[in-house]
Amino acid sequence: MNYIPHTARDQQKMLQAVGLSTPADLFGYLPDAVKLGRPLALSPGLSEHDLLRHLESLASKNKLATRGSFLGAGAYHHYSPSVVDTVLSRSEFLTAYTPYQPEVSQGTLQAIFEFQTMICELTGMEAANASVYDGSNATVESVLMALNTTNRSRVLVSRGVHPHTREVLKTYLAAHAVTVEELPLEDGRTVLAKVGEDAAAVLIQNPNFLGLVEDTPALMEKARAAGALGIVSVADPVSLALLKPPGACGADIAAGEAAPLGLPPSYGGPYVGFMACKKQYLRRLPGRLAGMTVDSAGRRTFCLTLQAREQHIRREKAASNICTNQGLCALAVTCYLALVGPQGLREAALTCLSLAESFKKRVAEIPGYRVLFSSPSFHEVAVACPVSPVELNRKLAERGILGGYPLVCEFPEIENGMLFCFTEVNGAAELDNLLCDLAALGRTLEAARG
Amino acid sequence: MIPEDLRYTKEHEWVRLSNGVGEVGITHFAQDQLGDIVFVELPPVGTRLEANKRFGTVESVKTVSDLFAPCNGEVVAINTRLNSDGDDFQPELINQDPYGGGWMIKVKVDNPDEVTALLDARAYGELAKS
Amino acid sequence: MDRLEATLFEKSSPGRRGCHPPSGGVALVDPVAVLGAELVRETPPALPELGELQVLRHFMRLSQLNFSIDTNFYPLGSCTMKYNPRVNEVTARMPGFARLHPMQPMEAAQGALELMHNLQNDLQEITGMDGFTLQPAAGAHGELTALFMAAAYFRDRGEKRTRVVVPDSSHGTNPASAALAGFEVITIPTNAAGDVDLEQLKQHLNNEVACLMLTNPSTLGLFEQHIVEVARLVHEAGGLLYYDGANMNALLGVARPGDMGFDLVHLNLHKTMSTPHGGGGPGAGPVGARGALVDYLPGPRSARQGEGFTFETPSKSIGRVRMFWGNFLVLVRAYTYIRHHGPEGLREVAEGAVMAANYLRARVKDAFDMPYDRLCMHEFVLSARTMKEKKGVRAMDVAKRLLDYGFHAPTVYFPLCVEEALMIEPTETETLETLDSFAEALLKIAQEDVALVTTAPHTTPVGRADEARAARKPILRWEGEAP
Repeated sequence: MNYIPHTARDQQKMLQAVGLSTPADLFGYLPDAVKLGRPLALSPGLSEHDLLRHLESLASKNKLATRGSFLGAGAYHHYSPSVVDTVLSRSEFLTAYTPYQPEVSQGTLQAIFEFQTMICELTGMEAANASVYDGSNATVESVLMALNTTNRSRVLVSRGVHPHTREVLKTYLAAHAVTVEELPLEDGRTVLAKVGEDAAAVLIQNPNFLGLVEDTPALMEKARAAGALGIVSVADPVSLALLKPPGACGADIAAGEAAPLGLPPSYGGPYVGFMACKKQYLRRLPGRLAGMTVDSAGRRTFCLTLQAREQHIRREKAASNICTNQGLCALAVTCYLALVGPQGLREAALTCLSLAESFKKRVAEIPGYRVLFSSPSFHEVAVACPVSPVELNRKLAERGILGGYPLVCEFPEIENGMLFCFTEVNGAAELDNLLCDLAALGRTLEAARG
Repeated sequence: MIPEDLRYTKEHEWVRLSNGVGEVGITHFAQDQLGDIVFVELPPVGTRLEANKRFGTVESVKTVSDLFAPCNGEVVAINTRLNSDGDDFQPELINQDPYGGGWMIKVKVDNPDEVTALLDARAYGELAKS
Repeated sequence: MDRLEATLFEKSSPGRRGCHPPSGGVALVDPVAVLGAELVRETPPALPELGELQVLRHFMRLSQLNFSIDTNFYPLGSCTMKYNPRVNEVTARMPGFARLHPMQPMEAAQGALELMHNLQNDLQEITGMDGFTLQPAAGAHGELTALFMAAAYFRDRGEKRTRVVVPDSSHGTNPASAALAGFEVITIPTNAAGDVDLEQLKQHLNNEVACLMLTNPSTLGLFEQHIVEVARLVHEAGGLLYYDGANMNALLGVARPGDMGFDLVHLNLHKTMSTPHGGGGPGAGPVGARGALVDYLPGPRSARQGEGFTFETPSKSIGRVRMFWGNFLVLVRAYTYIRHHGPEGLREVAEGAVMAANYLRARVKDAFDMPYDRLCMHEFVLSARTMKEKKGVRAMDVAKRLLDYGFHAPTVYFPLCVEEALMIEPTETETLETLDSFAEALLKIAQEDVALVTTAPHTTPVGRADEARAARKPILRWEGEAP
């Protein structure tokens, strides 16, 4: 099977034009040692009909929640209006290349410009890029920016930053002489005793991995006083409708994951990392930037700009090796934010907060469950369960519920810790069901164990 | 086209020496090759320069080039109109007036003989032609 | 100022809205009371306020200002802008994939793990490698991943290898990735035939070189004729050979990097496996490794466990290079593509792509300089050097004039080692008629009035952008009408 429109006559004509007779002749001069000389050992090609069946059967082996999902831990399910996927399916966006030819890419370029503006608005920053791979890479690139800007070699990273992001940071810094110091948590929030004079950056996540809202203004002030760059990573930008934005908290760089703004969970990708900073760091910002200018007739025109920062010009001296952005995902974000507007975003955020607050109060009343932290939180709540969270989740799954995230790997010192997430798609009825099931399962499992 | 009173490097910088201070810029030929200049990165005043070593970069829309120090010395002034933080930021001065308003830095040179030993206008003219 | 389409911000009207998120049916709390005033936002973000139809119309109208594969021929060298099959869009939107949460327990995501496992195996077979990671989000990300692996590998062996060698025809991401991975970059020239200069290579190979990064076919569209010799030299010097898979479309089912002696490979699934470019991403850049290097792959990766599948991290893994598992829905599309084609289909892709490129090259070669005049692979590089000297028409002008004919511009001024380069990759999915009309447009442009060409394009939504103005006084966000 293939999508090649060449007829036998076409083939003949093309081969004749270069003096060859068979398609194999096109490769005749390759060294024999490297010619494969056999068909690839792959399954035979499938017709579209059989292909859909095969993929359906794989998809059906994945179990989706029917009575609510309370899993967050870095991937947050919010309501995405139908218009978003309609726009994403539009051929002229879907099958366009990177907008290097502005004359025939104004659609993509203007959408990126609008994306950059919205990210600045949400984060309270002065400049934003056209997006990078994902939230972890956006965060790690911010740390690299800080290292380059300050010429220092120590970074302070809160333990409240998503564990995957901390792992990516470790991978990236392994090749460099950089010290990463972990900032501990107290009542679930970052403790920053002393920054020290040689620190390049203080990195926190807000709300942090445990769902708690950090005292960002105080942490950023300490970073600033020590000459380090303050970086705030944001895992769910819906929170920015309610929380004081990184810019207003005194951060130098805000980075994070924009996928919650319109994209489905997608088993973790493609997502879309965003980066925004104060104007003074603009030239250290990696990735593409769309700017406004005029064309030869003086009309408003958008184009990629400040390209001399980038790898295709600067090669080994580039600010970063990033080439691609997540264009289509950034378009989804732009479209989502245009649809919900400031009011809709605030309502969604407020519903998240309200559901989580309601859960906090009510779960604490169930025997055996305990809310782990008293610090303020947004839409995730860490709870100590009476039984193993993994076991609990198994039972919840039987009832069509996707439970929370067991904290055992990342926070082994917390016994039976589980992180529950609440968004506007859950609603009060799902919350009631969850609480009811938690109470019942807690009792049964404990009885079985005891 | 190539001013007679200046000295030149093989990397297309020019130096105007006066009272032990050398004004440094890039040549007309260099700006023409680069095209529209959009940004210049210059060292802060007080920086020690080492001859033939990189002291900054010049960016056009689609390329970026290193700037090389013509001699040993210390930076005593930079052209603030080429500094992007300023309100009167005009990198196009390098395109419009490379030997005048487009000057980049002033250097207190360690040894004026280093400058006089650089290419003269004729030698540089030959280089730019080849 | 004249403009094509007002921005969302200009269309905004206070109080208008396009969507009501679900209310949740819960009593709303007061955020200041819950969080404390000092942690709460004081002024709402100035997002635009529009109705749903307005938003839809805005984006539909913006879309109409774009060229795309679905509307125009895109002979963009090294980008493999082939048809993006729609069945891939259908499979990527299956709820079992799209709505799957990345932190779901593995037993509830067995279909995803199986798909990833199958794809890892397929990519291994296609490239002749022993193991694959699906984590990297793009080609450059894959390069960086592989270089991190090379660095860790030599660290473990106690070898201090600090250099990476790249040819001058390489993609800019190669040296940029090498630098980011902490290596010093050595660039070597291409010889007159378009191959790596073996003498230069020998001179630079020593016990400080970690890796040679090679694109084969090269960005000149040429198969590296001495690849076996190159591999031998690199390995004899104790180094690794890295395959930039940007041009793998030319070799599907014909030759494999593993058999050429490459140790590390990245593929661009958004090129070779035809997942849509989306106006600049998302892509996917899986990395393959051979022999001992497999142990260094990022983890976790999908592995068999009894009847099912699990995530496993290789023993000496460099660690994660991203959150979660990869650009999963891009992987679903690529897997769909591979399963549709099967072994014969994939080989036909390579044959079709190489045939189309050679045909097009033969049709236009007389009107332009042809710096490397030999059989090409899936793309070829023309030069407008003579045209520039004789008439002042540059490669950029030819590219812009092609837009008037409804063709996307080829890649221009790349590779850097060719003056006034025009790099053309027709792909296998274009008809002979399209190839012919493109060739005719190129030949016609070569004869056209100079002023007409140098001021092109004339029929596009906007003319040439003032890029100098954009870069000198960057306006990167909407702040009201520009002065």
